[in-house]
Amino acid sequence: MIYVVIVFLWTSILLYVLLGGADFGAGIIELFTSKKNRSKTRKTMYEAIGPIWEANHMWLIIAIVILFVGFPKIYTTVSIYLHIPLVCMLLGIIARGTAFVFRNYDAVKDDMQKVYTPIFIYSSLITPFFLGIIAASSVSGQIDMQAQDFLSAYVFSWLNWFSVAVGIFTVSICGFLATIFIIGQTANDDDRSFFIRKARRTIYIVMFCGALVFVAAYHENIPLASWIFGDTLGLIAIIAASISLVIMFFLLQRKKPVFLRLLAGFQVTMILFAATYSHFPDIVLIKNGANLSLLIHQGQAKAIDTLGYALLIGSIFILPALVYLIYIFQLKKEVQEVH
Amino acid sequence: MDDFLAARLQMAFSLGFHIVFACIGMVMPFFMTVAHFYWLKTKKVVYKDVTKAWSKGVAIFFATGAVSGTVLSFELGLLWPTFMEHAGPIFGMPFSLEGTAFFIEAIALGFYLYGWGKLNPWFHWFTGIVVGISGLLSGILVVAANAWMNSPAGFDFVDGKYLNIDPIKAMFNDAWFSQALHMSIAAFVSTGFAVAGVHALMILKGKNVIFHSKAFKIAAVFGTVAACLQPISGDISAKDVAHRQPAKLAAMEAHFHTERNAPLIIGGIPDTANKKVDYAIKIPGLLSFMTTGDFNGEVKGLDTVPKEDQPPVAVTHYAFQIMVGLGMAMVLIALLYFIALWKKQQWLKSNWLLKLFVIATPMGFIALEAGWTVTEVGRQPWIIQGVMRTADAVTPMPGIAYSFYLFTGVYISLAIIVCLLLYRQIAMVGKLYDSSTKPHKN
Repeated sequence: MIYVVIVFLWTSILLYVLLGGADFGAGIIELFTSKKNRSKTRKTMYEAIGPIWEANHMWLIIAIVILFVGFPKIYTTVSIYLHIPLVCMLLGIIARGTAFVFRNYDAVKDDMQKVYTPIFIYSSLITPFFLGIIAASSVSGQIDMQAQDFLSAYVFSWLNWFSVAVGIFTVSICGFLATIFIIGQTANDDDRSFFIRKARRTIYIVMFCGALVFVAAYHENIPLASWIFGDTLGLIAIIAASISLVIMFFLLQRKKPVFLRLLAGFQVTMILFAATYSHFPDIVLIKNGANLSLLIHQGQAKAIDTLGYALLIGSIFILPALVYLIYIFQLKKEVQEVH
Repeated sequence: MDDFLAARLQMAFSLGFHIVFACIGMVMPFFMTVAHFYWLKTKKVVYKDVTKAWSKGVAIFFATGAVSGTVLSFELGLLWPTFMEHAGPIFGMPFSLEGTAFFIEAIALGFYLYGWGKLNPWFHWFTGIVVGISGLLSGILVVAANAWMNSPAGFDFVDGKYLNIDPIKAMFNDAWFSQALHMSIAAFVSTGFAVAGVHALMILKGKNVIFHSKAFKIAAVFGTVAACLQPISGDISAKDVAHRQPAKLAAMEAHFHTERNAPLIIGGIPDTANKKVDYAIKIPGLLSFMTTGDFNGEVKGLDTVPKEDQPPVAVTHYAFQIMVGLGMAMVLIALLYFIALWKKQQWLKSNWLLKLFVIATPMGFIALEAGWTVTEVGRQPWIIQGVMRTADAVTPMPGIAYSFYLFTGVYISLAIIVCLLLYRQIAMVGKLYDSSTKPHKN
């Protein structure tokens, strides 16, 4: 049953990165769009993410519940030593979630929009940035449970170039997902080629930020290259991701949006796979090597079993409903447009 | 500020904020679906208008409740890691089920808000029902987790170790039913009175009277019926607390000495040093009767609890008095409203009854916060009753005071913006929602 729980944990994180990520990306793209095109971007985005917006963010809650029920030691260690970036991410989540609703549900459209919109777009940037920092910090081995002073226990556990680089990389991934997603939502050819140009640019940025992560890892003496390239499966995953990125780059103009979206999803899945697989079952690396492992630091058997059953039963309810929701508001529209 | 106090205050603030949004988010969908039902049955446009206006409110409250809930799931670990390390696997069952219920609520809300004209009308209505039921289930499950802290079950505590975990037993602990019942009814009372009060004010102002009258009636019926049921559930809770957590009951009642024929103490200022309550109204024997069913029954006082295990008396006592007092006031208004509905129809047209509802707008929520204060402060110094002390559960990270200031600032600004948004929604009813006054586009 422990493997069922781990698969659910990994899948929730993946879906949060994909769906929530595309959602964050919407705000990031808005930030990096000229004033002239902003309202177009916003309208296209809102139509796309509106109905499934709430559901996208549930994956984070599922992941965190799995952690504290199934792997309490891991949850609490991360909570203690990565307190500060977690708080920053939470503030981002609060600001973003509420600003999104406020700007769409304020009955009067006036200057308050000038308050909501910057909050929305900047928190869309900050939240995935800290999410990346947290993810990187859990594997950068800087968490020091013996640290005596505040800075080395609670600040240098996460503040290093590698974490920052992964934070930026996460932001770029979100922007990438959003632009690929938005291509399929465009109403006319002008908008379409506008967003295709944007997509090209984000692909360059993602590659640049990816390289940055390796440079930062080298600088911090983190053996990232040997983690990823030293393992056959990890290597295959990274090669697959790179090839599909090249394919995508040349097919942006031609292929159907669904194909592009699947390709983008595939790339991010491969990156997450390569990043997590090399440590498995370790999930949090600690300074003196006393790493936290999903297998060793799991809760008592009975807790894992009931958690697994709860997740299985839950997905029987959730998945069909979610698929139907996406079908009604996404696929059906496209089918109608074709006919 | 002391880190421990800051952590407690931050948790209290976060929960106190979340509880309001969560309650509205789980009760409003029921109002909305009732209005929607009338629209589908009678085809009177005003009901559709009310439904649409309320669904906007639901969206605002649901989203705010969802983010504040997400924050709480992290704060449990950020502030109370030692607690979560041991409690997580034991009381996690309701949380994992709640994840499902909440997820379904979010999906159903997506269908509901964006489904106008896209779905079969009755399927569309049904998704609204799903929003309400899954929201209510989420609430019950979260309260079951809180009940476990009051009434720990489903594990053996041996030499500081938590052995033989049974998450199902933990979920169905002794307190889950009485607490979940009390909380669910409280959500209906407070939301019903708050919504009814707002619409009553608009009727008094003479704006979109038909629209607001329909809305008022739906909310008022929910709120008043729930208000009359609440004392029954309160009685169940009080008997349960007397049995399980005598220290909490003693603090609620400021009951210092164990005695038979114990009086019910109403109001007053507890004097902890001299173990007496000044200026209180005392009804002899009533507390014994209410907790044991016998006027001569013995009620345990604070003297049965070692000093270091006693909860703060004054806060618990005042909060309890506020909750009961406001609850009774709402029962009175409810009775007047029932008389008006059945016997004195002319009262419904007179202003004084509406004014009473306007005055009662915040009462439910004040009572709700007070009741929650009783539960939480009354359990102190324990985070898990009799097993783990709150002070032993707090994070080792210093400087929590800054985090407290930060979150307090954020929550206060959010509360202000939400109020502004609601004010605007209500002020714009004539233009946006009420078809009889709405400017026509064509």
